Amino acid sequence: MTRNVVVTGIGMTTPIGGDAPSTWAAALAGTPGTIRLGPDWAADQPAQIAAMMKVDPAEVLKPVEVRRMDRSEQCALIASREAWADAGAPDVDPIRLGVVVASGIGGINSLIQAYETLRDKGAARVSPHMVTMIMPNGPAAMVGIEVGARAGVHTPVSACASGAEAVSYAAKMIEDGRADIVVAGGTEACMNGVTMAGFAAMRALSTRNDDPATASRAYDVDRDGFVMGEGAGILILEEEDHARARGAKIYGRYGGSGLTSDGHHIAQPDPEGAGAARAITMALADADLSPADIIHINAHATSTPQGDYAESVALRRALGGQADHAWVSGTKSMTGHLLGGAGAVESIFAILALRDRIAPPSINIFNFDTSIDLQVTKDGPVQLPAGDIAALNNSFGFGGHDVALVFKSV
Amino acid sequence: MSEDILAGLAGIVNEVAGVPAEDVQLDKSFVDDLDVDSLSMVEVVMACEDKWGVKIPDSEVKNLKTVGDAVKFISAHV
Repeated sequence: MTRNVVVTGIGMTTPIGGDAPSTWAAALAGTPGTIRLGPDWAADQPAQIAAMMKVDPAEVLKPVEVRRMDRSEQCALIASREAWADAGAPDVDPIRLGVVVASGIGGINSLIQAYETLRDKGAARVSPHMVTMIMPNGPAAMVGIEVGARAGVHTPVSACASGAEAVSYAAKMIEDGRADIVVAGGTEACMNGVTMAGFAAMRALSTRNDDPATASRAYDVDRDGFVMGEGAGILILEEEDHARARGAKIYGRYGGSGLTSDGHHIAQPDPEGAGAARAITMALADADLSPADIIHINAHATSTPQGDYAESVALRRALGGQADHAWVSGTKSMTGHLLGGAGAVESIFAILALRDRIAPPSINIFNFDTSIDLQVTKDGPVQLPAGDIAALNNSFGFGGHDVALVFKSV
Repeated sequence: MSEDILAGLAGIVNEVAGVPAEDVQLDKSFVDDLDVDSLSMVEVVMACEDKWGVKIPDSEVKNLKTVGDAVKFISAHV
């Protein structure tokens, strides 16, 4: 018997909003989230701009929660609480409840803080919470304890594809019968001098320090790298009959996923887009759809010169001429790049686009790169048609990870 | 003296474990009454050592079952 997966709750905390409704409203309004960084450590960085969370977790959580959790765990918990409440705090058997929450980098802010403590005060003053604050599975574990999940708590790690891989893994848990509800998503908060210097050393970050708001400009000819972002996105995935039996509100359907790898380079995308294209084709097949069904694409579109182009090639490879009628949104132009949180936040954007029949804008395109053979929402949000429609969400990660997710309207 | 230590300890337990300071009374057990787990107890010990300049060895920590035990130990060694 086929077990279908639907989305019954969403939660986000991002650089453009402290929750899902405000983030979505800001995205539709074309709000840039990038700011000039204030802290001392930013002063001699090549990239002195980033997209910080709009609402600091300390404003939302209890002081003791802030103390015991890394910032990446904090935002995962905030988004999870919102999503869980949004789903109506479902009454579910704990052994049928799972959690899959990913992070691309882990609790590096806490690791750096612990190192400074070790250096300045000695080993006896390193926090007993340090290990659970830095472990990559920490956010998933914290969320799992919060909701009392006993079907399994998991953390796929694939750099900037992690959040999307988490959504795929979570859906499989439901399809395979391991769980009826899974709290799924991704989180990231690694804004510190070490991380920023490392990404800048790769020449991956935009250095448009004099104009932060326009720095994240996917598909513009003058794009010069991504803007580091932080935050989390969480979806409540639920088996359809389970959701209908309890009268849950249904945002949309999970259609399918495709996961491949490039086997090409540790940081560069395959310029032919072969792996990404295979992931998209696999996701369509898994969703039992054809390229013609894809009306909207939330692209990975990080604003790097090579990445945006390679993805456009991959989309053409997979969708062919049918890419002509799909509206492509590059929402990192607003949120910045949430790394392990990106795939989850952008899955939520794709689902809300299907629900509201509107593709969000791609901002900061002053001179469209004509080598990008895609129909991009560069002039503002675009109305999507009525009826059964589907959306694609791409995520790619350093290491050559390709994840494509397909969602369907209800 | 003991009252000052109790007040200081209450502040530490509040900061470390989120327990309301007024709940931190001499007869209260860290684990059973205040829900201070073993990890948070390590933080409590670190903060006490820093605040009063005492050394609380691990071998002693297991004997500090109540807030009163801790106040007594600190008072005797400060």
